[in-house]
Amino acid sequence: MKSIARLTLVVCLLAAWAWAAAPAPAAINPSEQLQREDGDVGQYGGRLVIGQRAEPKTLNPVTATDALSREVVGRCHADLISINRVSQKTEPALAESWKTSPDGRNFTLKLRKGLRFSDGQPFDADDVVFSFTLYLDEAVGSPQRDLLVIDGKPLSVTKLDQYTVRFTLPRPYAAAERLFDGLAMLPKHLLQKPYREGHFAQAWSLNASPSELAGLGPFHLKQYVAGQRIVLERNPYYWKADRENHRLPYLDELVFLFVGGEDQQVMRFEAGETDMVSRLSSENYALLTKEQSRSGWQLSDLGPSLEYNFLVFNLNDLDAGKMNEIARKQAWFHDLKFRQAVSAAVDRDSIVRLVYGARGTALWGNVGPGNKSWMNQSIPHPGRSVETARQLLKSAGFFWNGSGQLLDSNGKPVEFTIVTSSSNTQRMKMATLIQDDLSHLGMQVHVVPLDFRAMLDRVFQSFDYEAAIMGLGGGDPDPNPEMNVWLSNGATHLWHLNETTPATPWEREIDTLMQQQMVTLTYAKRKKLYDRVQQIIAENVPFIFLATPDVLVGARSQIGNFHPAVLDHYTLWNADQLFLRAPTRGVERAEIR
Amino acid sequence: MRRRPEIVLLVVALTALHFTILAAAFIAPYDPAAQDRDLPYAPPTRMHFRDSSGWHRAFVYRWIPDRDGYRLDTSTRYPIHFFARGESRSVLGIFRSNLHLFDVDEPARLLLLGTDSFGRDEFSRLLYGGQISLATGLLATLITLAAATLMGTIAGYFGTWIDESLMAVGELFLCLPWFYFLVGARAFLPLHLSAAGTFLLLIIVIGIIGWARPARLVRGMVLSARNRNYVLAARGFGASNVYLLRRHILPETFAILVTQAALLIPQYVAAEATLSFFGLGVSEPVPSWGNMLSPLQQYNVLVSFSWLLAPAVALVITSVMYWLLADALHHWVQSHSIN
Repeated sequence: MKSIARLTLVVCLLAAWAWAAAPAPAAINPSEQLQREDGDVGQYGGRLVIGQRAEPKTLNPVTATDALSREVVGRCHADLISINRVSQKTEPALAESWKTSPDGRNFTLKLRKGLRFSDGQPFDADDVVFSFTLYLDEAVGSPQRDLLVIDGKPLSVTKLDQYTVRFTLPRPYAAAERLFDGLAMLPKHLLQKPYREGHFAQAWSLNASPSELAGLGPFHLKQYVAGQRIVLERNPYYWKADRENHRLPYLDELVFLFVGGEDQQVMRFEAGETDMVSRLSSENYALLTKEQSRSGWQLSDLGPSLEYNFLVFNLNDLDAGKMNEIARKQAWFHDLKFRQAVSAAVDRDSIVRLVYGARGTALWGNVGPGNKSWMNQSIPHPGRSVETARQLLKSAGFFWNGSGQLLDSNGKPVEFTIVTSSSNTQRMKMATLIQDDLSHLGMQVHVVPLDFRAMLDRVFQSFDYEAAIMGLGGGDPDPNPEMNVWLSNGATHLWHLNETTPATPWEREIDTLMQQQMVTLTYAKRKKLYDRVQQIIAENVPFIFLATPDVLVGARSQIGNFHPAVLDHYTLWNADQLFLRAPTRGVERAEIR
Repeated sequence: MRRRPEIVLLVVALTALHFTILAAAFIAPYDPAAQDRDLPYAPPTRMHFRDSSGWHRAFVYRWIPDRDGYRLDTSTRYPIHFFARGESRSVLGIFRSNLHLFDVDEPARLLLLGTDSFGRDEFSRLLYGGQISLATGLLATLITLAAATLMGTIAGYFGTWIDESLMAVGELFLCLPWFYFLVGARAFLPLHLSAAGTFLLLIIVIGIIGWARPARLVRGMVLSARNRNYVLAARGFGASNVYLLRRHILPETFAILVTQAALLIPQYVAAEATLSFFGLGVSEPVPSWGNMLSPLQQYNVLVSFSWLLAPAVALVITSVMYWLLADALHHWVQSHSIN
């Protein structure tokens, strides 16, 4: 009898599991203020599988720092104001409209009415105020807190009525509405208890059961299998609909498979086990392009990304006793003509061709052609010239000995080391190319690959390095996120991190200009200020800019509304609009109306 | 004592291999660091002897970069010149010479094993890289066997607590996970070592790690030799320890040492290749069979550019030859000692 009971139980469980299909979208309530999207009208159903390098660390949007967690969390939650990844401009999200006060300090947002979380509970201003309490609480330690603190003072949030919220900034901040992108609005009814009890940071870990989580994003956690995959299913109450008033998302499920690094992701994509690849290297892109005619994949080269790779010389103040070798060489690095000569001798065309397979762009500044709104088009782009470099070095007091070696004014040979991360093959290749380029000037350059963390330690903490090849940027085209790099006391002001005041007049000028543009509210005025910053950077070469890769993505041909963009998340930023077309099998694909 | 023909054959083959590598400056058509940025990942150029107009001296065609790779420019023949004079190169750091085994006129390139991602000739790099890898293997083996002989003899000859403590230290060396230690140790080393410094450090580190196992074998031989009749007799006649070791005991260990050498050399060549593969050995642009294989960690390179596997083939061939030699030596020693 016991075994029959057990058998029945097993059969029932299996049946329940088999029938646990993704929830259908809830019927649209007339009182809901949905957002209408303009994409192609798709069809419901299907599952999209995408590969990830490794497991996410948490599902908690407030504490998630790594890109993998943010990739999953970003599909489950929504923000007040979003940056459209294709147009790069802000657009309403959970806030259907907002008003800015003339002094630029107060933002009054009207929330959409009638919206519900994925568990059916209503969303209103209480949730917004609560969410910002979480982000701003120093005890919680959210990495996003820094974005909301201007001049050491956090912004303040006030509830005006059930669907209106006012934000007050300590002082006017340019493009302040861009701050809201990516700040997930969280359910007070689920998180208030863990927060009050002091264990919010442990809430919503990977092991949380789906019933503990709720969000306003298009998807909701269904299942997490350790070491294998995370499965998200449709949020039946999602607040967006298509042109024909069908509630989004179209997809039933979104699955993240933990497959490994880029090579493994490409292999799975080729095998048909995953449906999309985000950020391919140019070699893998070329590999996939060869099979494209047979497979019909959608492979897109979206043009230059917003990252910039550069060679930086150590200009930090050093304890001459402990690091006297580096301090001695800093006499060369401090010389503007030396840096200009190195910049003139670098073969950027070869870097683009050999490192990025011609799918990249050479850079002479931190703002490249991928950032159309902010690039200073009048910065010169001189081609490679070993002659110019030699003239510059000669006028700076360097000379060459009989065997072609470059010597400084004291007769010491010019020899230095470039460190770079051993796990980044592209920057390693750039280092080898630059080593060869500078040998034409008689400089002896050594390339030392280091473990990523060891390199970060040298560049940010011990300053025990001579030159390094690194990369920055890529998040947002707006200049404000770049403040950390260009302000003298910024956290990523790499060439001179420990300066208390600006070390040079041009760094002082950049400080003033960046602070000014931060509080200037009109785009035209900000552009002029930022143009001047770019010009100063190009004249003083604190970084020798090298190149930026193109953003390369791929997806199967059946995926509709696939509009990849150069901003993160390149392929899934519009996951709510993606849909799967019916397989064509050689027949003319029916138009989806 | 029969002379085994396979030992002679293998020794001759290995000598030829080593000589080829030593003569890299003569045999290699190009400098190993010379980049040709217009020809990255070019496939090997074949030698041709005939075309539509009949038979000719050996010649090659030129690779022209194409939309998706390269195509052969069959319009012009570029004959191969043997024993040509070209750029002056340093031969093993001792003297300079500009005599090359073969050469072609610019703009064609004689790429027997294709090029790597910077357009550097893979065949030239294979030869020069072999110098680093094989030299490391040989010199490290020398260090190991010297240390092993010293430790093993002392332990075996004097016995008692000296023997126990030395063998305990040896056990420590045997059980430590050396590879991970080396990965970590790189962070403590000065940021830059000269190429010669890195090379020397590699040799010393690889050599010192592996003394324990050969030391045990030497100790065993010394222990058994120590109690032989003639040794006891010589001691009775007043021979000193040094005399006994030099005249009677150490010669017994030579056979073991030679066999061990033939086993250790390929092991250490592979160790150097492994360290360089992970970026812990010689750095760019100096080639070694290890760091030449590093780019193959990328899927697309492994799949698309198979000629870059040449160093792996070279490693296999070298290792197999040494192992066959070790095997033959081992059998020869056994038959010798039985007799």
